[in-house]
Amino acid sequence: MAPDVSLWPLIGVAVIIAGFVLRFNPMIVVIGAAIVTAFAAGFGVVATLNAIGAGFLKTRNLTLAIILPLATIGLLERHGLRQHAQAWIQRFRNASAGQLLIVYLAAREFTAALGLTGLGGHVVMVRPLIAPMAEGAAEARHGPLPDRIRYKLRALAAATDNVGLFFGEDIFVAFGAIVLIATFLHEAGIAVEPLKVAFWGLPTAGFAFVVHAIRLWRLDATLAREMRDAPPVESPAQGRDGVSA
Amino acid sequence: MIFSLAHLYVLAGLVLACVAAMTAIDRTNPRRFGSAFFWGFYALLFLAGDLLPPAWIGGGVIAMAVVAGLHRVTPGQHAAPTVEEYVARARRLGNKLFLPALAIPLVAVVASLLANKGMVAGVPLLDAGNSTLAAVGMSSVVALALACWLTRETPAQGVREARRLVDAMSWALVLPQLLATLGLVFSDAGVGKSVAWLATHYIAMDIRFLAVAVYVLGMALFTVIMGNGFAAFPVMTGGVGLPVLVGVFHANPAAMAAIGMFSGYCGTLMTPMAANFNIVPAALLELPDKNGVIRAQWPTAMAVLVFNLFLLYFLLPAP
Repeated sequence: MAPDVSLWPLIGVAVIIAGFVLRFNPMIVVIGAAIVTAFAAGFGVVATLNAIGAGFLKTRNLTLAIILPLATIGLLERHGLRQHAQAWIQRFRNASAGQLLIVYLAAREFTAALGLTGLGGHVVMVRPLIAPMAEGAAEARHGPLPDRIRYKLRALAAATDNVGLFFGEDIFVAFGAIVLIATFLHEAGIAVEPLKVAFWGLPTAGFAFVVHAIRLWRLDATLAREMRDAPPVESPAQGRDGVSA
Repeated sequence: MIFSLAHLYVLAGLVLACVAAMTAIDRTNPRRFGSAFFWGFYALLFLAGDLLPPAWIGGGVIAMAVVAGLHRVTPGQHAAPTVEEYVARARRLGNKLFLPALAIPLVAVVASLLANKGMVAGVPLLDAGNSTLAAVGMSSVVALALACWLTRETPAQGVREARRLVDAMSWALVLPQLLATLGLVFSDAGVGKSVAWLATHYIAMDIRFLAVAVYVLGMALFTVIMGNGFAAFPVMTGGVGLPVLVGVFHANPAAMAAIGMFSGYCGTLMTPMAANFNIVPAALLELPDKNGVIRAQWPTAMAVLVFNLFLLYFLLPAP
């Protein structure tokens, strides 16, 4: 059966997969895939450059939200924000890393579901506050942490922000995803209330919270076991910038 | 308006231009000229991108990628205080340190809620079309002023600290934008149509469970490839969801679409292509493993994906 669409542009997908599997630099892989895809679709050299240039210009807004808060966060870090976040959580004797992250997950998912997606994020919340607090709480319970566990806690803090954001924002009626779905279905001749789409998002949003919260709840027991089995840390993993390596 | 997207581009461009200039004169940076070109050209795109011909920008972007790929984007050395100094400073300001940090999200949320009402001397405060971004921009300026006042530092020191963080992230800061560009090239070139054609022509769609699996897993897989659920949704829903699940098996369109989109989000949690959610935080948190965040979240994503598969299957009306 001959395809009525061209399959050549799929070469770009193959380039991406091969590039990531072979662990080439992602910048090279992505730009290579863009060039290969454009050529495979019959773009000329100028059209390819135009497509890349116009696309890159149009997507500047993605980086904007990362760059703008950096000066503030950097200044506060210079004055010990991360160290203070670590010390602050240790005042709560019973706080654990898992409990802290469950509270953050609930807050992030709930506020995102109300459309307040700006209350959080990796630059303004995870790096300066949530990750140091998770490390501080774990340190108060288990003593100095080896780097491997530090990195694991930080990665989980970032993952918790993502899970809360993704599964919260998609049950907010005015969010882009619901609008996109309603518009798409409307154009296909199916009238659907955005509220109905948001309603059917609820079971998955609830399940995602439960699964991730269970994983975080088990984190404390896992940490206790790993810290008991691990050899004691000779030098606490406090690096150049004070919080960690 | 007072805070528009164009103003914020200039602001970000100025920060990046300072980063580039400081890098160019930083003799401690082993690759200072490559790094300065990378940040300098990027700054130019924020400051004057709309004035340049797109083909030139395309050429410059390819050059940026090559410079980064050849390891020519390196950090300078940043004089960091010692641990004791940090702790002493933290003790001086105490909980006040939290104020500017929390001001960024709080001011942004309040500003975006008031976006359409806020006027100063008859001029709207925020760009209505991009109120969320404009609000983040405004709150960053407010928080920087607050932070400078609290710490008695100058905005120039703020820019130096911004450079420290930009250096820590390196080219990963630009990767989300490059991936979004690739997504646009993919859709111009019709990659989505090719994938939908393959999926619908080689899989037996008359088996209920298989049809649901193709839609749910296809959304996830296609999002893994494109890095964005929004790109996968029209392709998979137009190619499989509407004609097969709704057309043949009478699925509820709202349930199918909502569960389908969430399946795409599971894909987002598992792919390095969604760089702003997965690769940028790994760089920002200084993890040695660029895929560390993905490793931390894939078990959640897989569990939710399996849940979605069975949820949508059991929601299909009985034959």
